[in-house]
Amino acid sequence: MDLRYTAEEERFRAELRTWLDDVLPTLPPEPDRNDWPARRVYDTTWQRMLFDAGYAGINWPVEYGGRGASPSQHLIFLEETERVHAPYVGANFVGLLHAGPTLMAEATDEQRARHLPRILRGEEVWCQGFSEPGAGSDLASLHTRAVRDGDHYVVTGQKIWTSHAEVADYCELLVRTDPDAPKHRGITWLIMPMDLPGIEVRPLTTIQGSDEFAELFLDEVRIPVENRVGAENDGWRVAMVTFSFERGTAFVSEMLQSIELLRSLAQIARDTGRDDAGVKRELGHLAAELDALWALTKRNVSQAARTGVPGVGGSVFKLHYSEVRHRLGELSMRVLDRAGLSVADVDGFASGALVYGQIHALSLTIAAGTSQIQRNIVGERVLGLPKER
Amino acid sequence: MDFELDEDEAALQEGVRKLCEGRFPMERVRAAQPGAGVDRDGWRELADAGVFALRMPEAEGGVGLGMTEAVLVFEELGRALVPGPLVGSHLAAGIVDGAADGSQVVGVVDGRDEPLLVEHLPGLDVVLVIDDDGMRALEPRALEVDEVAKPLDPLTPVYRVRGKLPDGDRVADPDTVAGMETEGAALVAALQLGIAEAVTDLSVAYAKERRQFDRPIGSFQAVKHLCADMLVRTEVARAAVYAAGVILDDPGVGDAQRAVHAAKVTAGDAAVRNGKAAIQVHGGMGFTWEVDAHLYLKRAWWLDTVLGSPDIHATAIASTLTR
Repeated sequence: MDLRYTAEEERFRAELRTWLDDVLPTLPPEPDRNDWPARRVYDTTWQRMLFDAGYAGINWPVEYGGRGASPSQHLIFLEETERVHAPYVGANFVGLLHAGPTLMAEATDEQRARHLPRILRGEEVWCQGFSEPGAGSDLASLHTRAVRDGDHYVVTGQKIWTSHAEVADYCELLVRTDPDAPKHRGITWLIMPMDLPGIEVRPLTTIQGSDEFAELFLDEVRIPVENRVGAENDGWRVAMVTFSFERGTAFVSEMLQSIELLRSLAQIARDTGRDDAGVKRELGHLAAELDALWALTKRNVSQAARTGVPGVGGSVFKLHYSEVRHRLGELSMRVLDRAGLSVADVDGFASGALVYGQIHALSLTIAAGTSQIQRNIVGERVLGLPKER
Repeated sequence: MDFELDEDEAALQEGVRKLCEGRFPMERVRAAQPGAGVDRDGWRELADAGVFALRMPEAEGGVGLGMTEAVLVFEELGRALVPGPLVGSHLAAGIVDGAADGSQVVGVVDGRDEPLLVEHLPGLDVVLVIDDDGMRALEPRALEVDEVAKPLDPLTPVYRVRGKLPDGDRVADPDTVAGMETEGAALVAALQLGIAEAVTDLSVAYAKERRQFDRPIGSFQAVKHLCADMLVRTEVARAAVYAAGVILDDPGVGDAQRAVHAAKVTAGDAAVRNGKAAIQVHGGMGFTWEVDAHLYLKRAWWLDTVLGSPDIHATAIASTLTR
């Protein structure tokens, strides 16, 4: 076991640092959290800067225009960009991390050529139309119906949790093409342009008070058959391919942010004299667990580098990380007391991020597979326990 | 950066695991009579496998390995619930003649503890006592003690020291002792990691085999999730313990002291909470002496008190978080 980066990896880090120091001062000011059009501009501007410097699609293969970085370099990239508070992937999330990798693995050459370079350059923003009001953890039970009509699929149904839908150009859409087949076998993966007639986007306000999500209402939307990725009724497999791109780095940026949040909380506790023995113990316990999670990230990345496929480390990481964030939120509220009565900073306290974080933590045990589903995955796939009938 | 075991590390771990399975199967561990002293033949075999001389230079008859390897070895000793003053004797190698080859069994205590309890006393040849001036060596017979009835860990007998400890030969200065305590805490954490793993295996095996309502109880999410959480705590602790070992060998890649704090906190948590979960998964049988789960939990509780409780280590980290 070796935690020392190679000379080549350290060279990569040094070059990246130099570049970040040069370009970050040239960034426009960050827009308001709820101003989606402005956020799209901001996020895609950053993506274009990454592209021009050769950092776009850091972990994408070179043949698709990516940098082809190793998992270790990817980790360094995330660590360094977070260290200097560079912009997060933001509106480019679905394109870079979900739709793009799916297209690489399953799309035709024409489809790849049409979308991949534009995703990398920040010219194309994607959203995800997977979940439905009636299909959450049981995603394969989705009902949005696609009926073939000549060269088109006519799609009718409803999608939910569609982040960035208001500003997206395309949607990776799962539809049911065979209602009579077993539920996993009647699904098809489509590229849906968001400017087609029949698409209505309604914002869905989260408990953070932001329009993070949207609902999509689809009323006889005509999607060309040439926009299908993979075979008809093979969409479930196509959708699952994305997960094989996961390299144990999914939560790196926000975990590093959590370590900063914890430091900020410790400082507030000390400055206000609320750092009694109990508070100190819990601060230390949380720091220990975040340190351990950082080490676990390195184990997961090392495993991905060796085997080329993700282990179950992602589920293990997410289960514990989300739990730690809940506890960090609880401790924040204990320490802040009445300074915690706003998600903005209360005069004299750097409290806003901690209060916001307390609410954000609630999403972590739900999004991307609830903790209950994650425990089923760990129990069945890792420990080999039998499925519930 | 490659934070997975390399071939030599995997082979070492496998070797110690095999040794433990052959020499310290659970029925033999359970049959040990507390208070009868340390199993000297077993101790010698551990020494022959390099458990105590692991980190001594080859020129001095050691194996010449580091903390990276030591945590892997101690993880296996923890998994097998091997009794005895393993950490003390390992730390004593190079300080007490005969510790490395297993001919001398050495315990370590902090003389400032109150109450001052010494583990395994009749089995010891030397007691190393940590004090404000470093460390001194005492003959066990020189201590006036009372055996403590009903030790929490039935395989770890403890003795209460009466009165003042006698003087003894100085064997280490405070700086050396501080380093030994840090390394020792990492090894205790490694033992606890092994316990966390062992009880996870025990519980998963039972959940697959035990049937209620006409199906294995492990198919119920309520039980499955207990087991999943055990694995999660184990893997989190494993990352922390391995990181502590690697950083102690290569301080350029992290803060060794902090890494050991994190290991002791997370491995303690994993061992104790997994131990309790194991008893829960076993139901009523888990509350009986005959099922092994309680032996692991009691060992974990004892180890929490050795070389700093999780709270002490957590508080030490907390003090570094502020400006």
